[in-house]
Amino acid sequence: MEIKAIGCEPLSLRRVTIQDGHTLKVYQDTGGYVQLKKAFAMSPDEIIQQVKDSALRGRGGAGFPTGMKWSFVPKDSPKPKYIVCNADESEPGSFKDRYLLEYDPHALIEGMIIAGWALKASTGYIYFRGEYNYLIHIMDRALGEAREAGILGKNIFGSGFDMDIHTHTGAGAYICGEETALLSSLEGFRGHPRMKPPFPAVEGLYACPTVVNNVETLTSIPQILEMGGIAWRDLGTEKSGGTKLWSISGHVKKPGVYELPMGYADMEKFIMEDCGGMLRDNKLKAVIPGGSSVYIMNAGQILGKNVTLDYEGLVEAGSMLGTGGMMVMDETVDVMETTKNLTEFYKHESCGWCTPCREGTDWLVKIFNRISIGEGRPEDAQLLLDICDNIEGKSFCPLGDAAAWPIQSAIKQFPDDFKKWLTKKANGNGIEANM
Amino acid sequence: MGNVATDYTDKVKVTGETAEFADHVILEMRSHLAKYPPERKRSALIPILMLIIQRERGWVDNAGVNFLAKFLDLEVTDIWETATFYSMFNLRPVGRHHIQICKTLSCKIMGEPEITEHICSKLGIHPGETTEDGKFTVSLVECLGSCGTAPMMQIGYDFHEDLTVEKVDKILEKCD
Ligand SMILES: Cc1cc2nc3c(=O)[nH]c(=O)nc-3n(C[C@H](O)[C@H](O)[C@H](O)COP(=O)(O)O)c2cc1C
Ligand code: SF4
Ligand code: FES
Repeated sequence: MEIKAIGCEPLSLRRVTIQDGHTLKVYQDTGGYVQLKKAFAMSPDEIIQQVKDSALRGRGGAGFPTGMKWSFVPKDSPKPKYIVCNADESEPGSFKDRYLLEYDPHALIEGMIIAGWALKASTGYIYFRGEYNYLIHIMDRALGEAREAGILGKNIFGSGFDMDIHTHTGAGAYICGEETALLSSLEGFRGHPRMKPPFPAVEGLYACPTVVNNVETLTSIPQILEMGGIAWRDLGTEKSGGTKLWSISGHVKKPGVYELPMGYADMEKFIMEDCGGMLRDNKLKAVIPGGSSVYIMNAGQILGKNVTLDYEGLVEAGSMLGTGGMMVMDETVDVMETTKNLTEFYKHESCGWCTPCREGTDWLVKIFNRISIGEGRPEDAQLLLDICDNIEGKSFCPLGDAAAWPIQSAIKQFPDDFKKWLTKKANGNGIEANM
Repeated sequence: MGNVATDYTDKVKVTGETAEFADHVILEMRSHLAKYPPERKRSALIPILMLIIQRERGWVDNAGVNFLAKFLDLEVTDIWETATFYSMFNLRPVGRHHIQICKTLSCKIMGEPEITEHICSKLGIHPGETTEDGKFTVSLVECLGSCGTAPMMQIGYDFHEDLTVEKVDKILEKCD
């Protein structure tokens, strides 16, 4: 697996590839915690302005502007405030946060303390997916080093500011990556999402103002202070600032975690050259560019289309950036089967709170099951779309939409892969699929 | 997904019996409690149940749950309510080595079916089952964040990536 930066100096990956980058010593030898000292000389408003200037958009999937999110935290609230790092990373296709947590834990800690200072939050939690247990040990060690060095605890660097950060484990539930479900889980409950508004910035953990940010988002904060918000933004584009980590998997020769400047041109070059091209030199068939919860693309939407890798470029090309978890599929793949696979994922991970998603994903899987054993009915493609229509936009949280989008886009972009299952070849009744 | 160790609680018999733990284990539980505000003990429910009680008892059993309810000043049903939501709580006994094979898209297209078939035929069980000697349980699970090194599996908390049939044989040999 490759870990490298292309088209930019490694920023988020700066310490991921060096020896002992996870230790406090190497972190400090390579400029670590200098930005925290600088932050203490700045006012919270100045820091938030730098983050706004940077055009940093949340790296957890939704892409919400981080500076704006921070400015929603009420300044006059008498309640304690919290910084929660979302290290739940469970989106199929996404595995970038894992490497930041393993090889550069202090960058996250520094980012969280700067966020704490900017928002007057003196407690932070890092919520890990339960399966990332070994990373919790690494983080606990890093937190221990920071406490011993006076970087966490009382009166950090003589600033008068106190803060501590704790690790917290989940126990296996994709929905706990959704920020309000994460907070329910952190309080010891089932991971059901909560009604928004109130947004976590106003009423989050223990009904107190809380900022929830992704690992990659928070590790970008020291970089932004180091370079200045505008210079950091200019690494990318005006609307999509900075650099972004991409997780690439599937049928490419060099899967891995790549750091690219936002606006990188283009997607074809990235897959066909930077990632070594297609495995076994097969033909490219499909790409899911942003983690499983975005629209699938066919080769024709990518090859020769100069798709830029940023939020705007992928929307224009017909999908979304999401978490940047790119899954590449070659001509040997049957898109009916891959869509069935993802639908099973969403059915399993539906938290059961609302009817359209709980019942809808169950029915979708039942229909996929009968299609896959050759008992599909000609009208099944339309039936899948009708069910998606009753889930999308009608569910309590975005997981419902995420379950519908792969199916809607797969039937649209790969009609033949469905047709062939729904015609006589598969079910022997000779009726053409009704699509 | 079906057939994972969390699917049913049929082995759980609810009685008043309460587990006991050594002092150092209790101390470890307290270190989790200390992370949260004193009036928010429930926040420690998942960490203690998963990292300590499940480890000490082998699974989430009635006696362990009863203990935790007392420890956190909660009702027994509060613990069950949470425990039955998450896929990593084993609500019935599992083998000493819990093999969890990722079956999600990237692993699937990079060779998961062959790995699953190999492991299951070698151990003589289906996904969701435990070998008769209680050594291995095999489960199929969803994406574990190793898609770039697919196919992969987790045994206990250890990741095994870039799997091949030969590699799997070596890994299983090392399990005792
Ligand atoms: C179903 C679902 C799963 C999610 N999973 C994750 C996740 O694993 N990690 C993450 O950082 N954000 C995840 N998110 C996004 C979070 O809700 C939230 O937007 C994010 O943590 C905010 O941080 P950011 O602004 O830094 O991206 C998920 C959202 C949904 C709807
Ligand atoms: S959309 Fe699905 S995951 Fe979200 S609240 Fe409803 S049932 Fe739960
Ligand atoms: S798809 Fe198997 S680890 Fe992500």
